[in-house]
Amino acid sequence: MPIFYENKQLVTPGDLLAEGDYSAGSNTHKEGNKIYASRLGLVDYMERAVSIVALNAFYFPSVGDLVIGKIAEVNINGWTVDIDAPYSAALQASDVLNRFKPQRDDLSKIFDVGDLILAKIITFDRGRDPLLTVRDPGLGKINRGQIVQITPTKIPRVIGRKGSMITMLKTETGCKIVVGQNGLILVDGEKPEDERLAIRAIHKIEEEAHTSGLTDRVTEMIRSERGAAE
Amino acid sequence: MSQSAGKLIDENGIRTDGRKVDELRPMKLSVGVLSNADGSAYLEQGKNKILAAVYGPREVHPRHLALPDRALLRCRYHMAPFSVEERKSPAPSRRELELSKVIREALEPTIFLEQYPRTSIDLFVEVLQAHGGTRCAGITVASLALADAGIPMRDLVVACASGKVGGKIVLDLNDIEDKEGEADVPVAFMPNLNAITLLQMDGLLTIEEFEKALDIAIEGCRRTYALQKETLKAMYVAIKEGVEEE
Repeated sequence: MPIFYENKQLVTPGDLLAEGDYSAGSNTHKEGNKIYASRLGLVDYMERAVSIVALNAFYFPSVGDLVIGKIAEVNINGWTVDIDAPYSAALQASDVLNRFKPQRDDLSKIFDVGDLILAKIITFDRGRDPLLTVRDPGLGKINRGQIVQITPTKIPRVIGRKGSMITMLKTETGCKIVVGQNGLILVDGEKPEDERLAIRAIHKIEEEAHTSGLTDRVTEMIRSERGAAE
Repeated sequence: MSQSAGKLIDENGIRTDGRKVDELRPMKLSVGVLSNADGSAYLEQGKNKILAAVYGPREVHPRHLALPDRALLRCRYHMAPFSVEERKSPAPSRRELELSKVIREALEPTIFLEQYPRTSIDLFVEVLQAHGGTRCAGITVASLALADAGIPMRDLVVACASGKVGGKIVLDLNDIEDKEGEADVPVAFMPNLNAITLLQMDGLLTIEEFEKALDIAIEGCRRTYALQKETLKAMYVAIKEGVEEE
């Protein structure tokens, strides 16, 4: 079972990555027993699978994902939400209100056009647009903080292995950080300086996502900027 | 024909722009040149200058065009009014509509359209300056823009023309050779899958000549493909070097 590149090597769409008994992971495709790259990115060889960490991609919805969306439209029995994906999502009024009556309830008083919400995808398939819920604790309208947008493929790097990066960011900057799988991140801190520092750190992670020892470098950057400010 | 053809290739086998028969025009490629598009690329090939932009996958407007089982790929090939010597009307001509279709069909096999039902991928190929072989150059640059947009692809698509000029089979025809020459064979090719996605022929060739023309066109595609890959990789190397300098 030969492999044709080294781990973490850069590949372009169409490159032959491996041949034989491997399974095709994310951003790769299989033709016969050959695995090819389908996006530009860094190849990742695992025990039995090959995948690619893409340099650039769009968000594709998946059930269970936590996303940050913007209310695009208020309809008769729900909202249309822009989740920065190929499909716009729907949020039903009955999800927010227990006994919803279109004659009585004014939906724009709950969420209005332009409001940002934190929501979870409960259903999505080829035939239907994603459906959201805000029923879980912590979900719903976002009232404070700042939003950062990054390439969705770099979200795992912001979280880090077993959440190491995100835990470090939270403790070092003192901000509450909520990561939406669609590439939008909510940063909510006590002081605007803290938020700005966290945002700079997130942008640094995005730019240098494919380098090693990143958690340490970001920690160092936050500490030195903290030191300079004091 | 034979009188003008005599001038197209001189006795040393050198063409009007100083190239040998199997030589490509010098090409420059760059990606990510437009910030408002999801993906973009720019090409300079001799005197050709072409810009490509990609949007999507996104919701289809107007809605009724959406396909229930796959994404809709829309392509617009357009020549700027100043792209040729005599002003070209900006309204889409018959030729531009045809090239839009040809470019779309050359790129359709490489995209996983079936993964994104009810969406559209919109591709714009804008010719800023034309000097022959813009359909091939358009395909080459559009495929880079698709890769830049992060749209999953089976392979990069690369295109190159060959033809018969002054009785000889030559590679990568320019404007004069295209107009005065005997035949033109544009080929679009997926190098890793070894598959042809576009093959046209305009003019007269014998079977032997056609086979030779096809062979050198594919060879030209492979050379351009190396440059395409390099361009995509350069984007990443720039970031990595920036980090290592710190």
